[in-house]
Amino acid sequence: MPPAIETTGLSKSYGTVRVLDALDLRVETGTVFALLGPNGAGKTTTVRILATLTAPDGGHARVAGHDVVTERRAVRRAISLTGQYAAVDETLTGAENLRTTARLSGLSRTAAARRTDELLDRFRLTDARDRQVKTYSGGMRRRLDLAAGLVRDPGTTRVVFLDEPTTGLDPRSRQELWDAVRELSAHGTTVFLTTQYLEEADRLAHRIAVLGDGRTLAEGTPAELKDRYAGHRLDLTARDPEAYLRLTARAGDGTGAPGTPDPGTLTLGVPTDGTAAHVRALLDALDPHRADIERFALHTATLDDVFLSLTHRESPAKEPARVR
Amino acid sequence: MSADALTTTAVLAGRGLRLSRRNLDAVITSLMLPVLLMLVFVYFFGGAIDTGDTRYVTYVVPGVLVLCAGFGAAGTAVSVSDDMRRGTVDRFRTLDIGGVPILAGHVAATVVRNALATALVLGVAFLIGFRPAATPGGWLAAIGLLLVYITTVSWLSAAAGLLARTPEAAGAVTFFMMFLPYPSSAFVPIDTMPDWLHGFAEHQPVTPLIESMRGLLLDRPVGDAPWIALAWCAALLAVAVAASGALFRFRTK
Repeated sequence: MPPAIETTGLSKSYGTVRVLDALDLRVETGTVFALLGPNGAGKTTTVRILATLTAPDGGHARVAGHDVVTERRAVRRAISLTGQYAAVDETLTGAENLRTTARLSGLSRTAAARRTDELLDRFRLTDARDRQVKTYSGGMRRRLDLAAGLVRDPGTTRVVFLDEPTTGLDPRSRQELWDAVRELSAHGTTVFLTTQYLEEADRLAHRIAVLGDGRTLAEGTPAELKDRYAGHRLDLTARDPEAYLRLTARAGDGTGAPGTPDPGTLTLGVPTDGTAAHVRALLDALDPHRADIERFALHTATLDDVFLSLTHRESPAKEPARVR
Repeated sequence: MSADALTTTAVLAGRGLRLSRRNLDAVITSLMLPVLLMLVFVYFFGGAIDTGDTRYVTYVVPGVLVLCAGFGAAGTAVSVSDDMRRGTVDRFRTLDIGGVPILAGHVAATVVRNALATALVLGVAFLIGFRPAATPGGWLAAIGLLLVYITTVSWLSAAAGLLARTPEAAGAVTFFMMFLPYPSSAFVPIDTMPDWLHGFAEHQPVTPLIESMRGLLLDRPVGDAPWIALAWCAALLAVAVAASGALFRFRTK
């Protein structure tokens, strides 16, 4: 089966800012794919290009087998987009929103009414169908937005794009949205979602790509990423600033894993598998004269560490890329 | 426009009307303001304005209707701008709906809303002594001209809504449309204005429109005023459609 989404060398600049820099992605049909990255990494731009809303400057992208530039119409017929900003009308009821969108997608009045009932049922909004959307909870609103994206025959919607679907949602609403995504996937729909939350990617996605500066920094299944980048982390505290500089310099060229530096506390975190042999070897390699390291601590690293080390290598202390 | 685009426009116009029905404050403002203004003009200022042997209320009604069109059009800018700011336009575009039906839907909703406001103004005008002498043909022509004008200012307003980054700014951009009837023959005869204003007042789009509507409603000869009004509207509409098309492409790049 051909991939649901395939991009090669996708690039896009806004003015002098290079948002996407030769991005290569491949998403297999029927899977959930998470594009993970901090704000400004290019996640939304990627979604907009794949959903035909923005034209790329370079490279190619195919969605559901069609080119996003030359076969825009065919792509639009095969996709659904739920963007970061709600596309439902607050003062209309849930049913009115769905009916309007269904009519706009080309359904007749009766077909639109039928589809509205189906979708309300499927997204557990039947009880709220005649309430104005402004009375909905955040999670209900997102679910309605998601449903509105599926007004075309859900059978022909083959790829669903969700741009930060749970940003700003409370934990319960987030859980409900996750269930909705799992259900979509169970129907055989390919789901492409962006998120800042590792936990979300970990729970939902078959594969994850970590995006930074418009490029893929890492790609794999959640388990692979954990194996490859997480494991354990050795935190080394330097004796003084000079020692700290020597440590970071050796970490940069010696170990192949430059680690997570924190100049404020003179601490450098380096990935390790946690075995005594490897920790000993790391200590010897980073501090051959046994003069620079004052203390060390071994942590079981989380996916946060993967995320931090991949996306905030320059300034990990500046913005806590918190994963909820 | 293809049949599909027409259906789309009709559905979007229905959405626009439903949205404004739910926004009662805006509906009341847009219906009450023209009526109140008419009362202000007739009872506060009217006594001081000499309009010859035409009663002032009869003189001023076309002006109030045109003013009312300006208020209504301002709503178009706000709703277009609101759609652009939220994800609505993105959703529509993924449904393969182009800029023209999206804007046409908003304009059509405004025209329907305005027809209601026009009917209300006319009703109140009759109650306070508006006595036109129009033939049925004259009525049709006057209302037709008004609808053309409403469509024109709404589409200009839609372009303003695309230009403005926030609904608030969009409201401000449409201010000039509401202001345009004042330096015209809508409320006072132009020859009572200072000389330097005559040139503008006589040659701006609202004056021939007002003159034709007044002439048609009073069953007086209108000369070429309706054609000049139509030419103005056609030119402005062409500019508005072209500008909004370009702005839509720019905003959705």
